[in-house]
Amino acid sequence: MIRIENVSVTYGSGATTVRAVRDISLHIPPGEALGLVGESGSGKSTVMRAVAGLIPHAEGRIFINGQEMPNKRPRASRKFAQMVFQDPYGSLHPNQTIDQTLAAPIAIHNLGDAEQRIINALTEVGLGREHRFRYPHQLSGGQRQRVAIARALILKPKVLLLDEPTSALDVSVQAEILNLLTRLRREHGLTMLMVSHDLAVIAHICDRIGVMSRGQLLEMTTATELAEGRVTHPYSQQLLRANRGFDPTSINVDVTA
Amino acid sequence: MTETLLSVRNLRVVYPGDDGDFRAVRNVSFKLGRERLGIVGESGSGKSTTGRAIMGLIAKPGRVEADELRLGDSDLTALDEAGFRRLRGKRIAMVLQDPKFSLDPVMSVGKQIAETHRHHFRSSKAEARKAALEMLEAVHIRDPERVYHQYPHQLSGGMGQRVMIAMMLIAGPDILIADEPTSALDVSVQQQVLAIMDEMVKSRGMGLILISHNLHLVSSFCDRVLVMYAGQIVEVCDAGKLHEAQHPYTRGLLAALPELGRRRDELPQLQRDPAWLADLPAALGAAT
Amino acid sequence: MSNSPLRTGAPTGWRGWLLEPAPLSRGQARLGRWYRGWLGFRRNGPAMTGLIIVSALVLVAICAPLFANHDLAFTQVLEDRLQDMSWAHPFGTDELGRDIYARVVFGSRVTLTIVGLVSIIVLPVGLCIGLPAGYFGGWIDSVLMRITDIFLAFPRLVLALAFAAALGPGIENAVIAISLTAWPPYARLARAETMTRRHAEFIEAAQLQGASSFRILLTQIMPLCLPSVIIRLTLDMAGIILTAAGLGFLGLGAQPPLPEWGAMVSTGRAVLLDQWWVATIPGMAIFLVSLGFNLLGDGLRDISEARSG
Repeated sequence: MIRIENVSVTYGSGATTVRAVRDISLHIPPGEALGLVGESGSGKSTVMRAVAGLIPHAEGRIFINGQEMPNKRPRASRKFAQMVFQDPYGSLHPNQTIDQTLAAPIAIHNLGDAEQRIINALTEVGLGREHRFRYPHQLSGGQRQRVAIARALILKPKVLLLDEPTSALDVSVQAEILNLLTRLRREHGLTMLMVSHDLAVIAHICDRIGVMSRGQLLEMTTATELAEGRVTHPYSQQLLRANRGFDPTSINVDVTA
Repeated sequence: MTETLLSVRNLRVVYPGDDGDFRAVRNVSFKLGRERLGIVGESGSGKSTTGRAIMGLIAKPGRVEADELRLGDSDLTALDEAGFRRLRGKRIAMVLQDPKFSLDPVMSVGKQIAETHRHHFRSSKAEARKAALEMLEAVHIRDPERVYHQYPHQLSGGMGQRVMIAMMLIAGPDILIADEPTSALDVSVQQQVLAIMDEMVKSRGMGLILISHNLHLVSSFCDRVLVMYAGQIVEVCDAGKLHEAQHPYTRGLLAALPELGRRRDELPQLQRDPAWLADLPAALGAAT
Repeated sequence: MSNSPLRTGAPTGWRGWLLEPAPLSRGQARLGRWYRGWLGFRRNGPAMTGLIIVSALVLVAICAPLFANHDLAFTQVLEDRLQDMSWAHPFGTDELGRDIYARVVFGSRVTLTIVGLVSIIVLPVGLCIGLPAGYFGGWIDSVLMRITDIFLAFPRLVLALAFAAALGPGIENAVIAISLTAWPPYARLARAETMTRRHAEFIEAAQLQGASSFRILLTQIMPLCLPSVIIRLTLDMAGIILTAAGLGFLGLGAQPPLPEWGAMVSTGRAVLLDQWWVATIPGMAIFLVSLGFNLLGDGLRDISEARSG
């Protein structure tokens, strides 16, 4: 469903060149969920944004649904893949009601029947009619993220790109959103690409997991291997240790970041 | 328990608003000794507001009331803004989530630390500089001379937080309140910052309040944990025994965490019982 | 929310309906938002003073015939010229025997016309230049901003004078002259506001949905830039009124017998020492209205900063 070949992203030029992503290739078959873990600056989000088409100058080839995506994406291709952002506070327009936010994609693609589609989308993500005319600041973080998911689903995409969808949320809300994503994936047969720094979260959703650092894909592992600690790369092992909570014995405080 | 550094009885924080008064913190009581105390809860639970109330940082029109708010021999309820300003840094200090917002962007970090020293000890420039360099070394910064002259924007997140800790501890406070000190950092750096904080607090015999939403972190780092929900302390337990927690809220939170190696189709969602919102008898937490 | 035990004393009745956190229709949502804004505004004393002054200006301008006699403002009664304040002429009369009170009242229409026309011209021009410049960047930005710089480089009153002189004196030409010199700061402001938001996630979300740049600028970015541009305009209003008065004073603005306040000050100048009220009363009107707009703008800015901060 998604195939990317030798994707590289470079920012800046000359002495200040930053190679955010170096030569990454991935393949996600239909219905699979693939995760990318890594710390900030590892390039994981950049890969996702390149797939979404938010980085027009990305090098390499990106195929979604069997079609190669040109740098300037045609409007119709937007229906294939939609994205849910990390920050539910930043991804909704502060001056627009939920109703307006959900109505926009319907208008852009001339889908018609806005009333019914909006109500369906809200129901699907577990929001009621009473949320429809609220502004984002009148919703909780979890409710906003539900709205963001509803907005992504309203175009009936085949691929859902998830950029740290729960890292700004409370634990209890995170569970609700993860359950929602699991259910939507099952019901719609969605293909997912998810990015997170939280190993437990990514292993909960994804089957295969790629570990990224400094723009490179270090290793490809699975949720099971990760749980059993069967990762080979030292960096992956470090991530795994850190995930288990505070452990003063394993830390060298003199390592400067 | 060791000697009590801070004692809080029935702390209340109220924000008046257009749509009625909002009680952000309700009758919170606890005592802090030379220990690492964790306060966990979700956003809006009042955990940060509690920390800020102790620091005297609740902005108008918010109101802070307490039957007792005592730091050693000083009564904090009687303090005005000037009194709090003398106290902050010297007796009680706070580390926040993002050092970028807490440091002056146009002054080198070393100078900021030295200024803090001069402010509290009326020391000479040379003394303050020496103290600042020692402090930078104490937080395991390898090249204190170089970092001394750097500006906040030149520091990585982990470095910034080390500098922040150095600045907060230079006046030798009795208590450090750390509000989500590592939430903005990468996991590997988180561990280092926590280890440094741990070392400093232990070697100086301070009391630490770690405010966090991260249950794993708090239970592995602290000695004791207060669980807050909707402005109240609903449970107090030993950090190591958090997994034996009794309150359905705490248990619900723990269950809702995804775990490596225990993949469940569906995570048990927290069912919030409206009864949890009812005012609890004021005594909880005061006894410990 | 209102039945939460954390909250006490929640409002009921129509206030409750307006402050309802879960509105049931588009209209209720919008009205509620405005009402909340109004509650914030009402607490701001200077802003309320400004609002009252500006409302009074609008009211007086619309209902001028109710406040003063139209004939007194325009009919020359030479035997009554330069009379002191009296019951018949509360602010005295001018050198042609016209009632100054009536002229000030009818002059508010001229002022309001200038203010309104300048706003109608300056806002769209500033936004049309600033929004694309900030959003697209690159060469579009360079071209648009260099044009703006050219206009910005001229001293305002001098350029307005040159225009007024070239096009001939008159209120319409004064408005055009003021507008031509007033728009560049708005283009810059709109550009700066746009640049801070063009990488916001909700903009990216709109791009991902396939929204065209035009749609994004119109529906996503413009509503966010508008408040600060309007606040800036309100604050500038005092300057615009003064420039208009200045042009009137120099004889290049509204032409006699139109009761333009600046022109009134100009004619009163000759008799300032003996009949001080002829120049002072319209001068005070200019001062009061400028102050009103300034206070209003300051208040609006305070509120919008409190909301975003």
